[in-house]
Amino acid sequence: MNPNLETDIRQICKEFGNDRGRMMDIVIAVQKKHGCVNDDAMDLIAKTVATHRVEVESTVSFYAFLSTRPRGTIVIRLCHDIIDKMHGSDAVAAALAREVGVPFGQTTSDGKITLEYAPCLGLCDQAPAALVNDVPVTNLSTDKARWMVQELRKHHDPNQLVTEFGDGNNAHELIRSMVYNNIRKRGEVVFAEMKPGEALQKALSMSPAEVIREIKASRLRGRGGAGFPTGMKWEFTRGAPGDNRYVMCNADEGEPGTFKDRVILTECPDLMFEGMTIAGYAIGGNTGILYLRGEYAYLRSYLEHVLADRRKKGLLGKSVCGAKHCFDFDIRIQMGAGAYVCGEETALISSCEGTRGDPKNRPPYPAQKGYLDCPSVVNNVETLCCAARIMEKGAAWFAQMGTTDSPGTKLLSVSGDCKRPGVYEVPFGIPVREVLAMVGAEDAMAIQIGGASGQMVGPKDYDRPISYEGLATGGSLMVFGPKRNVLEAAHMFMDFFVEESCGYCTPCRVGNVLLKDRLEKILNGQGEPGDLDYLQELGQTVKVLSRCGLGQTSSNPVLTTLKNFRNVYEGLVKVNQDKFQSSFDIKAALTPARKIIGRESVIYT
Amino acid sequence: MSETVTLTIDGAEIQAKPGQMILVAAEEAGIYIPRLCHYKGLKPHGSCRLCTVTVNGKPMASCTQPVAPGMVVETKTEALNQFRRQILEMLFAEGNHYCMFCEKSGNCELQAQGYRYGMTAPRYPFQYPMRDIDASHPDIFLDHNRCILCARCVRTSKDLDGKNVFQFVNRGKHKRVAVDSRARLAGTNANVTDQALGACPVGALMKKRVGYAVPVGQRLYDHKPIGSEIEAKASR
Ligand SMILES: Cc1cc2nc3c(=O)[nH]c(=O)nc-3n(C[C@H](O)[C@H](O)[C@H](O)COP(=O)(O)O)c2cc1C
Ligand code: SF4
Repeated sequence: MNPNLETDIRQICKEFGNDRGRMMDIVIAVQKKHGCVNDDAMDLIAKTVATHRVEVESTVSFYAFLSTRPRGTIVIRLCHDIIDKMHGSDAVAAALAREVGVPFGQTTSDGKITLEYAPCLGLCDQAPAALVNDVPVTNLSTDKARWMVQELRKHHDPNQLVTEFGDGNNAHELIRSMVYNNIRKRGEVVFAEMKPGEALQKALSMSPAEVIREIKASRLRGRGGAGFPTGMKWEFTRGAPGDNRYVMCNADEGEPGTFKDRVILTECPDLMFEGMTIAGYAIGGNTGILYLRGEYAYLRSYLEHVLADRRKKGLLGKSVCGAKHCFDFDIRIQMGAGAYVCGEETALISSCEGTRGDPKNRPPYPAQKGYLDCPSVVNNVETLCCAARIMEKGAAWFAQMGTTDSPGTKLLSVSGDCKRPGVYEVPFGIPVREVLAMVGAEDAMAIQIGGASGQMVGPKDYDRPISYEGLATGGSLMVFGPKRNVLEAAHMFMDFFVEESCGYCTPCRVGNVLLKDRLEKILNGQGEPGDLDYLQELGQTVKVLSRCGLGQTSSNPVLTTLKNFRNVYEGLVKVNQDKFQSSFDIKAALTPARKIIGRESVIYT
Repeated sequence: MSETVTLTIDGAEIQAKPGQMILVAAEEAGIYIPRLCHYKGLKPHGSCRLCTVTVNGKPMASCTQPVAPGMVVETKTEALNQFRRQILEMLFAEGNHYCMFCEKSGNCELQAQGYRYGMTAPRYPFQYPMRDIDASHPDIFLDHNRCILCARCVRTSKDLDGKNVFQFVNRGKHKRVAVDSRARLAGTNANVTDQALGACPVGALMKKRVGYAVPVGQRLYDHKPIGSEIEAKASR
């Protein structure tokens, strides 16, 4: 055993109050210091915080960024999504593997570099991208990949890969990143100027009930995907019995193709924190938690700095904005560690409680029993920004933008085959066609709207509006040009869901694997006409029977391509004349047996 | 709050206790809703999804959905039975279930549900996963091949045995039951008298040296389908 391990673990656990509810922070800190959370570490953590070793293992093994086995001191995680693939990430992967000298999933023999794939890093507008430990490296080419590895071999310092900073706060001394914001269109709600404290002062001059009434009057709906009315959510939470109430800001942003929260976190964190504080006042809570996805760890010091600054200004802490209000509120940041499902609000709560990111059974809803069984509000980053702006400028001002059912503006993260990828703040109700013209993608053959869990639609839907009642999206819009294969995209999305399912319930855990396999069969040219009905039926079953939003939407890539691009499927499947299962490869099936008996088959050579 | 809640299940008006889950309320009224992860004495889990019913036309897991006044619940529609068959087929395809020589055959809830819902062979391709067997313990073995991840052992060990022998590790298709020791089951405080053993619905967590003790014809589900004991209450 490493002699320092025990002292370090004692120290780390103590820092988090020896509280097993802070298991995420503990295991992340242990891994940071020791490269992994190995058997010894798990035993020691369990002993120190009085839990069972298997509980620690359960948490560690759930998250992609955590490991029970040693990895390289440098971990290169190449983004593995369809947009990166379209921009040449396969070639980058090959270059990396060649230069590092190991295939993906492995570590060099000197223990220095590990190569891994990661699902969407939130950098599709500058793909292909990778994370080197916490440092994002964008716009990768094969040359840049080779250069990167050579540099790392020289200095072992990912920070030194950043030779040029991105725009705006990306150049801030606490971020120092090569990431670009790519804000292409500023609207009046999120990307407008703000004076920290102004919206909050206004809110505090009203009663909490009045604040809720104002948010309800604005008809603001959640920007995270589900579109639940925010004012109602706050009202339920305020009305639920409990000693403590919590505001949780969902900055997990894991939906492939979404990166608008990254830009808010970089450029308008004050607006977001102000929204959290207002929510705290409205529901009668004293604590906010920002759940920040592990991929955005590079923004953490800056966000901590913004929080410290707000404390200094009296916008957080004891008696926010002066003693007469008797309102105490503070915010802490909870890091995630690579799990898309933790963006689901009850899984997010599980993760904050230090366990695996399994979603919880509903009812009870978070508004009744959320974090630590206390009434909790979970809101998206953008929703909270809107709430703050509504307090500043009024419900009526907000509600006159957008449509009746979808008031306000929406941030779109646009990526793929377009001339101007980036973030656009547009009024709700804008037709797809107008967006495509704006981003330089008039020739789009298909768009995936709403991320992997959204829909794949073609030109016949381009006159439809982007809104909750029209084509809904949490922000992702991926563009596919005339030469792309929509089934390849669907297949990658299914691969994503197979990797990201928590595995709790049968239909999602098993069904997504089956969907992906069958799609693969079709893409391999072994598809038969019956496979289309098989996919339809199975996709529907997974949707209807799954326990949480992940499984309830994971078959959408299959179901919407079947609906809107059936001709692509039909072009690939063929009637099987010889009645044998076309996907069955007898030689491959015999391989294990051949290995065991140590000779070739006499019949199937 | 009133003492009882009135709702309709399969056309019959039923009285239930406030806060009671639909599955339990139905059971008390002699209506059997199939289940695998639900287990008496444990908190509802909601993972197998076999107990899905429609509530006012909307599919929901009846083990985690509390009753509400005026609810209209359907438990036996053809569409639901189709869904159930698919869930069962998924479970059979996911693991390695060698019923013909499994010690649990005839007493296995998964197999019994398969019979009850008229499943023949899964429509889904077998996954043939490579899974481990933990035979380290002197009296108990844990065969992951037959595990359906219902968490009945996990929860029974924690809530009824007052131990914490089992917990899940990994996620998605790699999810599996792990034990509370790096030295496998033998290194834990698991005991052959633990209630967790009896809680396993399949042949994953088993007592050693007692296999095949009951002859074919006298096993739990040899004559009557699973759930008949609950349905018998209604016909009485
Ligand atoms: C699998 C899954 C992933 C999700 N990921 C996110 C996410 O990254 N960010 C987010 O705000 N909401 C996400 N959601 C939606 C949340 O569950 C929740 O509805 C949302 O945070 C509520 O905030 P809102 O009302 O402000 O939109 C996800 C939902 C599911 C089912
Ligand atoms: S639907 Fe998928 S992600 Fe959600 S609980 Fe079930 S297995 Fe987990």
